[in-house]
Amino acid sequence: MADTAAPLAMGAERVDRPGLLQRIFLHNVPAKIAALPMVATVLVVFVGCVAWTIYYSFTNSKLLPTGKFVGFDQYERLFATSRWNVSVWNLIAYGSMSLVFTLVIGFILAVLIDQKIRFESAFRTIMLYPFALSFIVTGLVWQWIMNPTLGLQGTLRGLGWTGFTFDWIANPRMVLFALLIAGLWHGTGFCMVLMLAGLRGVDEEVWKAARIDGIPTWRTYVSIVIPMMRGVLVTAVVIIGSGIVRLYDLVVALTNGGPGISSEVPAKYVFNYMFSGGNIGQGLAGATMMLLTVLIIMIPWAYLEFGGKGRRT
Amino acid sequence: MQQSVSIRDLTLNFGSVKVLEHLNLDIAQGEFIVLLGPSGCGKSTLLNCIAGLLDVSDGQIFISGKNVTWLEPKDRGIGMVFQSYALYPQMTVEKNLSFGLRVAGMPKAEIDQRVARAAEILQIQPLLQRKPANLSGGQRQRVAIGRALVRDVDVFLFDEPLSNLDAKLRSDLRVEIKRLHQRLKNTMIYVTHDQIEALTLADRIAIMKNGVIQQLADPATIYNKPVNLYVAGFIGSPSMNFIPGTLDGETFTANDGTRIPVGAYDFVTRLSGATKSVLGVRPEHILLGDAARNMPFQTQAEIEIVEPMGSETLAWTKVAGVPVTFRCSSDIPLHVGEKVTVGFDIARGSLFNAESEARL
Amino acid sequence: MSMTATIPAGTPMAAGANEPRGQRPKPFFTPKKIMLYTVLVFFSLYYLFPLYVMLTTSLKTMPEIRFGNIFALPTAPSFDAWFKAWSSACTGLTCNGLAPGFWNSVKITIPSTIVSIFIAAVNGYALVNWRFKGSEIFFSILIFGSFIPYQVMLYPLVMITRELGIFGSLQAVILIHTIFGMPILTLLFRNYFASLPQELFKAARVDGAGFWRIFFEIMLPMSLPIFVVALILQITGIWNDFLFGVVFAGNVNYPMTVQLNNIVNSAQGTPEYNVNMAATVLTGLVPLTVYFVSGKWFVRGVAAGAVKG
Repeated sequence: MADTAAPLAMGAERVDRPGLLQRIFLHNVPAKIAALPMVATVLVVFVGCVAWTIYYSFTNSKLLPTGKFVGFDQYERLFATSRWNVSVWNLIAYGSMSLVFTLVIGFILAVLIDQKIRFESAFRTIMLYPFALSFIVTGLVWQWIMNPTLGLQGTLRGLGWTGFTFDWIANPRMVLFALLIAGLWHGTGFCMVLMLAGLRGVDEEVWKAARIDGIPTWRTYVSIVIPMMRGVLVTAVVIIGSGIVRLYDLVVALTNGGPGISSEVPAKYVFNYMFSGGNIGQGLAGATMMLLTVLIIMIPWAYLEFGGKGRRT
Repeated sequence: MQQSVSIRDLTLNFGSVKVLEHLNLDIAQGEFIVLLGPSGCGKSTLLNCIAGLLDVSDGQIFISGKNVTWLEPKDRGIGMVFQSYALYPQMTVEKNLSFGLRVAGMPKAEIDQRVARAAEILQIQPLLQRKPANLSGGQRQRVAIGRALVRDVDVFLFDEPLSNLDAKLRSDLRVEIKRLHQRLKNTMIYVTHDQIEALTLADRIAIMKNGVIQQLADPATIYNKPVNLYVAGFIGSPSMNFIPGTLDGETFTANDGTRIPVGAYDFVTRLSGATKSVLGVRPEHILLGDAARNMPFQTQAEIEIVEPMGSETLAWTKVAGVPVTFRCSSDIPLHVGEKVTVGFDIARGSLFNAESEARL
Repeated sequence: MSMTATIPAGTPMAAGANEPRGQRPKPFFTPKKIMLYTVLVFFSLYYLFPLYVMLTTSLKTMPEIRFGNIFALPTAPSFDAWFKAWSSACTGLTCNGLAPGFWNSVKITIPSTIVSIFIAAVNGYALVNWRFKGSEIFFSILIFGSFIPYQVMLYPLVMITRELGIFGSLQAVILIHTIFGMPILTLLFRNYFASLPQELFKAARVDGAGFWRIFFEIMLPMSLPIFVVALILQITGIWNDFLFGVVFAGNVNYPMTVQLNNIVNSAQGTPEYNVNMAATVLTGLVPLTVYFVSGKWFVRGVAAGAVKG
């Protein structure tokens, strides 16, 4: 990270070097007091709470987290529960589609916006405004649009297109696509902004060099620009990915997990078991699995970004 | 001589801003032309127009006798080297050199041969498998030149290629570019704001200001016979000394009354009557002591500041009431407060009309 | 003086009348351009359609919705549904409309925004200028923590707030928003302060100014842009939150998003789509206003959230 920031704290090391204890507690005191909320948050929430959750996921806690240690029982039960398995499958299916489409659409829109078009800021404003809205609003609007009788389907049938079918939120096999449409509506503009920043970060002279070399525009994007945008792409994947794992509000608002359990997701499963299912151990085990998923996404990224030879350009 | 690049009546507007206006320039085959000027003078814009990276508003561009005004950059027979190198960062040096040729569908054998030749000329064979991130600035710029080289073109365009390098590397690469030109004998158009680069490299220099070429001539002419005050002040470091005054016949009278005979001056235009004008003389043309006594003009001056530069010494004094610098050998001991005799020969100086700023 | 130093062009290639000259001829409609704008307009319709539907539906009457179509403009626009959504729509428990939720959201958003930004600004400042042993480690964990799903920390936090006696109150939500806003905001301020000239800070130290004095008198006055970005990020983020509101606020303090979801998804009886959409518009109004007013700053905010230190 920023090794450029001058370690000014060192500057305070005076000739009479204080003892170790003094240096830890008395040195730089106001800064340490000021950083106390951060230190407390890190220790209590991001370390303490996470450890607590992992620990209690190995107990048989029911209504209260007091249970005794039962090893992997909760996890065995978790993966024996069809609702959890459906949730996981939904997350994988929705997540991979959402990730791919968000990146592809976001990139394509960014490229289109980058063609020195007219009304650029109007297009950008239109594409990004859904991102300012909450998932609840997003879910409810699309729920209404996809309402089978009065929404788009009903309207188009009423206009004479009787074969038109758009009942995805009522159709267990299609409901994930309903989620996808709403999710893409909400998030692609954001991805576009990221990608556009990446595109605009490409040295203009590289484009000139490619034109002199006679590289067609599409080839320049594929062979030169996209590889140069690796940093932005990785960041986008991590942000979109960790957002997908958290997916909760949108499902609650759009389908509430229905029809049946066909659009359940892990975050909702965990929430329900913790706060209304009366089986905390199950919820905690599910939460730990979510954590694991995020780690699987994060660790390769962290390694690429900060590990290796510490190479960053 | 055969014209290599010819620019006719070139005009470029960005909206209502005129960047270049009715610009004409003819460049001979094998000539090394430097476009020199401060930033914003239009020199890079002109180069981009020649390359086809900017659409011109009016006028024509010919390269090797072909009208290329509407052609794509790749079809103009040019190669270009950029300030930021503009290498493709994810490709090895070899791929960087060959990418354009591969996209154009050239047979592999010929690509290999061209890459090998360019690598040999620029001595970058050991670097071919490296990526740009693992190269030094000088090596990167060599690769960038190589990318122009493999295109086997008539005209090379350089857009401030050395500006991102440190002083030492800059002078090394400068020599190398000169060597390259001597070996290849291509036409080269080179944009820079560094007058040393311009003076050392160019066959001819075009000094630009506000989108207009002020003077187009060989370095010696530019240096010794600048066409106007702007060129005179821009070229030379430390810059030319200017003494404002009035010219009447064969006598120049400085504002403080000092009279300087200018009979030996080679006038471009002769004016009748008294004219407000400026006399310019370069620091190295002001002589000191015994040497000064043989000069047509001499005067007493007091040394105000002494700047030893190693090989020479720069001294500040006042002549005819205005600050004047002169250059002398570092062997001559100079002291602040010392009175010395200084003198110069007007035949080596310049006279400008104070109003039009043009050379007299 | 002639304006150009021209060499007489006595060369054999003198320009003919039909030679290319000036601008390249560019047809106004190229297939590429038509494609470009078609795709952009298509996507714009996708993004705009829900907004259109939301607004028109909210201005219609129920019979008009039942027998009309979703594209149609309201024949007689009326704000009745808006008034009902605001003051008398039922959530399944009560029939007070969205108004209580709106005020709860205000009561949550304002203090949460202020507290979280202040703490993050101090954090960022301490991280850049007053580094102490371990400060970077804490910061790294903080950033890493921002990617952990909230569900992982939710239950222990419920227990902690219960122990503190604030569970089910506004204080609890404010605390939670401060905690989870900390990673991104700290990153934002840290990067911003790191971009300021260090000499300024050094000069202030040489002048004998201490931690807080430098912060309030030197750093804060220079930080307006980043405060605007943080403000936008927090106001929209906290206003749009659902999960923390539903868990920590308690029934009486439910923020607007929770109320909205309850009105639409848990109301009994025949659904009143115009009221639902009016409620949805009302809930979206605050972040939308922030978005349209802030313009480029919003973009800076979301982009700033994406760049890593």
